[in-house]
Formats: sequence, structure tokens, C-alpha cells
Amino acid sequence: MTDTLASRPLVQMNYRKVIGRALADELAHDPRVVFLGEDVGEAGGAFKTTAGLKERFGDRVRDTPISEQAIIGTAVGASLMGLRPVAEIMFADFAGVCFDQLVNTLAKYRYTSGGQASVPVTVRMANGAGAGFGPQHSQAAENWFLNIPGLKIVVPGTVPDMYGLLRSAVRDDDPVLVFEHKNLFTVKGEVPAEPDDAHLVPIGVADVVREGGDVTVVATQQMRHRAQEAAALLADRGVSAEVIDPRTLVPFDLATVAASLDKTSRLVVVQEGPPDGGWGASLISTVCTQHFELLDAAPVLLASDPTPVPYAGVLEQASLPDAARIVAAVEQLVRY
Amino acid sequence: MTTEPAGSGDRTGIVDLLRRMHEIRFFEDTVKDWFSRALVRGSTHLYQGQEAVAVGVTAALGPGDTTTCTYRGHGTVLAQGAPLDRAFGEILGKAEGLCAGKGGSMHLTDLGVGALGSFAIVGAHLPISAGAAWAAQVQGTGAVSASFFGDGAVNIGTFHESLNLAGVWKLPVVFVIENNLYGEYSPVSTTTANTDLAGRGASYGMPGVRVDGNDVLAVREAARTAVRRARDGQGPTLLEAMTYRQSGHSRSDPGAYRPAGELESWLARDPLLVAERSARELGVSQEALDQVRERAEAEVAEAAARAQAWKDPEPDARFDHVWMAR
Repeated sequence: MTDTLASRPLVQMNYRKVIGRALADELAHDPRVVFLGEDVGEAGGAFKTTAGLKERFGDRVRDTPISEQAIIGTAVGASLMGLRPVAEIMFADFAGVCFDQLVNTLAKYRYTSGGQASVPVTVRMANGAGAGFGPQHSQAAENWFLNIPGLKIVVPGTVPDMYGLLRSAVRDDDPVLVFEHKNLFTVKGEVPAEPDDAHLVPIGVADVVREGGDVTVVATQQMRHRAQEAAALLADRGVSAEVIDPRTLVPFDLATVAASLDKTSRLVVVQEGPPDGGWGASLISTVCTQHFELLDAAPVLLASDPTPVPYAGVLEQASLPDAARIVAAVEQLVRY
Repeated sequence: MTTEPAGSGDRTGIVDLLRRMHEIRFFEDTVKDWFSRALVRGSTHLYQGQEAVAVGVTAALGPGDTTTCTYRGHGTVLAQGAPLDRAFGEILGKAEGLCAGKGGSMHLTDLGVGALGSFAIVGAHLPISAGAAWAAQVQGTGAVSASFFGDGAVNIGTFHESLNLAGVWKLPVVFVIENNLYGEYSPVSTTTANTDLAGRGASYGMPGVRVDGNDVLAVREAARTAVRRARDGQGPTLLEAMTYRQSGHSRSDPGAYRPAGELESWLARDPLLVAERSARELGVSQEALDQVRERAEAEVAEAAARAQAWKDPEPDARFDHVWMAR
């Protein structure tokens, strides 16, 4: 951070509350921003992420029926008329209900119209496992959208990243899917006390969370925190792990990963969600095909088990990569 | 978009409506011919027989109003004022097509005239019109959005979700069912438990009005009432325009499932014949009517020739328009 930023007052806030803060700052910043979703207004959101927005911004915040297709389609239609809608899908799993609107309308409108319009829609979804919501409310749904050109995908894992990426998403002229990991809601961090554009986080730029020289560990959201935990344990054992949080999956900041591999020559990707067809597999494929010369060992993909996300705490935790598994994988890789 | 003095009886009004209907008919005849000669890729869904619906409804719209329509949408986009040559160009996949050759027959879009587009997934565009109407409500522009869809779309989820949302938010939308009696190859009665489609408006707190969809003046009158209501903040209307698809569902469909005599009885009530009769009753001469038809035919032919002479897109253009920044 620069001196200029550091000199401005910061406040501590958790990941859940910073969502509403970022939305409030964008609603205040631009009168074209509107916000719709199920119970987002009067009730303040199923997770109370958007409490107070209705009172402050009135009719620009709308409660919708339980109609995910209408939510996304209405957001698209409003964006064509000059608004910048933010749509909430309560759980990312419910993206299945409006998959057509997301992949056939939202992602493709600009293309099928030959560039006649931009579609500046932000779709926010509560994502991920670990909080005991069971198989239909716990998926890491970001992976569903990876091969739909036209959708940007951001996966913030910290409070400043949520603040800065959500605001950047609202300002972006392309559609952006913002995945909010619900097992990170209590994570704390600092954001500016007053709205401050200097804290916008650019879409498509990875964060080197921890520098290291022996292995590159790439992880997002909940897994980024577990990777940091693992890196601390590895340091005690004399292994220096560099941890990279891509923060954005589309477009992906490959350059930052490649620069790290230039130092470490070893890659571990930790991905929440089943291994096949996810961003982790894509990253490893890209690294192998484009930067094979940087590698001294076969990359490792640690992913969730290829099962639905189970409910019971013991089962759910067992199904997800944790710090111990990351440590074990790294130790095996550095011995190669 | 067509704007006219109030009242459906003036001669220039009916002549203008007829001109647009003829243009659409000749346009679709040309597309059908091109398909038969393999000049067009994929599939197409033709509008012959339904022209009075698009022309009648868009005649009730004004500047700033918008439409959304289906993949049987050439007629709607043209009725709203999209240029004939660029519409042809898109169907031919030309760089100068309305959508730069990215969309084709099923995606004609012209934001310049308020045609927010043709959507190729049944029902996908109903919430788009709801959203355009929501924007009008938020911005206070008074604009109305009309969404055209077939009888088949009343059984897909977006119909329910969009009409309900529009009803509860009192959005300025006109939902137009083009009931051409068949959802793809299936008669309405075999797919829809209650065939009183206009009656479904009651479920969503809006008027449901059935109108003769082959009578352009009747369609325009019903649309004017609905548009006025929307603009006045009273919310949406569901219009059911009874019409008939003279061609099959798509180019691979000869329409063999239609009962004997059905097509013939509808051809006798062709919307162009009905409109010409209305025009004569209003005092327009047969000679003037012939001139309107001949001029439309010539303009369509000229536009078709222009579009055929345009270049294909550069292969590299496929990377354009995915993102704002390439």
C-alpha cells in the first residue's frame, strides 16, 4: 500500500458486512446503479449482507419474487436502457434455476447483437462449502461458468478484495459474476472509513499473498486461507511457499503465476469443488501447454472430492482440501 | 417506429401499415427463396401470415419505446423500423448485417430503433422487456416495452416469472401472445391445459385481451389501449393476437400435421387481404394499393441485392464483441 492510502483512516469490518458497504458506496457513487433480488430490501438479505440499503436508496433497491430467471433477465433488460443493475442470486447453487439467462442471454447479448450494447450487469451469489448447508446450497459454482465466453468471474477471499472487486464489478461494462464465499462471512479486514476509489481492486489482477521460493500454491476464497495456513506450517519445516490468490478467474492473471513459477518451478493448485472441469484443471493445463519449460515437476491439483457436498460436519470437512493435505502435497512435491 | 395521429380511420395510416406489411411479406418470401437455394445457414422461422401483429402493435408505440421478440422475429424488427438491407445482410452473415454476422436469422437486433432483439430461447426475452420497463420506471421516461412471443411460450417458466413480476411491480409492458395455433409442430390444445391464453392475465393482475391478429387495425387499437395504460402507470397488459403461421415451424417443416383446409381458410383471411379491404373501405383506391405493394416489392428486391453484394466478415472479427475490450 502507498503512503497516501495508509494515511487515510481505515475501519475494521467483516466479509459479510463489507458486501453491503461496497454496494452502498456504488449506489451512492452512480445513480444508474440499481439492485434487485429476493428479500434484499426490506429484509436486508438472507445473510443480512444488504441491510439498510432499501432505507437509504429507496426504489433503486427492489425485492423480487422468487424468480431467478426474471431477476437476471430483468437486470439485462434494464442494463440495455442505461442502468447498471446488481442482481443477487441468494445461493450460487440457484444459478442452475437461471442458467439460461446467465449463459445464453447475459453472456451473449453483446456478441449476438454485434456489439450494439454493453451489458453492465453484476450478479452476486453466495458460494461454497463448509457451513453445513448441504448438497444444494454449498457448491463452488464458479466452475460452472468457466467455458462460457462473455462472463467475467471474480472470487474475492478477503475483506479488502471483496470491497474493491465488488465495486470494480459494478463499474465494469461487461457482465461480472461475483462469488461471495459464505464460509468467509466472519473473516475480518480493513476498508476505508469513507468511500475511496483508491481501494478499488482491478479485475484480472492476482495477489501474491505470501512470497516464497520453493513452491507456488495458487488458491482462491476459503482455500486461499487454508493455503496461507499451510504456508505458515511449511515455513516451520523449512519449506518456502509462495501463495497466490488469482482473485479473478476470468480473465485469469497467468503472468503472475508464471512469474512465480520462474522462481519456484513447482505448482500446487488448491481448488474448492470437484477436480474435473474446474479452474484448477484449466490452470494446470495452461501452465503445462504454455510454460512447460518453467516446471521441474508435475503440477498437483488438490480439489474437493468428486461427490455432492455432504451435510454432516465430519463428512463435509473430509471432502474439502485442508491445510494438512496442502502441507503433505507440497512436501511430496518439493522432494521430487 | 410508427407514430400517427390518433384514430384508426385515416388513409395515410392504413397505407403506411400496409406498406410495412408488404415489406415484411416480400422480405420473408425472399428469405424462404434463399433458404431453398442454400444461401442461408442453419435454420429460419418465417413470419408470413402474422404481419398484422407486429405492424399493428409497433404502430401503437412511440419514440423511446422498445420491443423484444422471438426467433420468428424478422417481422417485428422490421416493423419497428430496422433497415431492410442490414436485416437481409445479417441473415446472409455479412459484416454489414445488423449484428455484424454474429447472430443471424434468430438474433436480429437494432437498438437504434428500439428493437432490443430476437431471442432464440423460447421465452427468454420476456424478462428483458420487463427490465427495459423497469428502467423506464426508475428513470421516469414513460417508455413502454412490448414483448412478442408465441403460444408455445406460455408454458415456459419465464412467462410466469415475467408476467408476475410485471404485475406486482406495475411495469409498463405489453405482453403480446402471437397465437398461431401451433407451438412448433404441436397444436395448442395438445400442450396447454387452458387454451384461453388471454385469460391468464387475471392470474397476474393484468387485463387479458384477445384480438383478431389478422386485422391490423384491430391489433393497433388493442395495442393503443394497452400502451396508454402502461404509460399511465397502470401496469402491464396481456394481448392475445389470434393469427396463423402460413409456413411451417422452420425450413425443415412442411406443416403436414395441419388438418386439411385449415391453411386455405386462413389464407382467405390473409392479413394483407384484410388490410387492403380496410383500406378500400376507407376510400383508398385499388390503384393506390397496387402501387404500395409494387413499391414494397421493389424496395425489398433492391435491399436484397445490396445485401448480397456485401462482404463476408473477416475471420478475425469472430473475436470482436465478446468483451468491451477485445
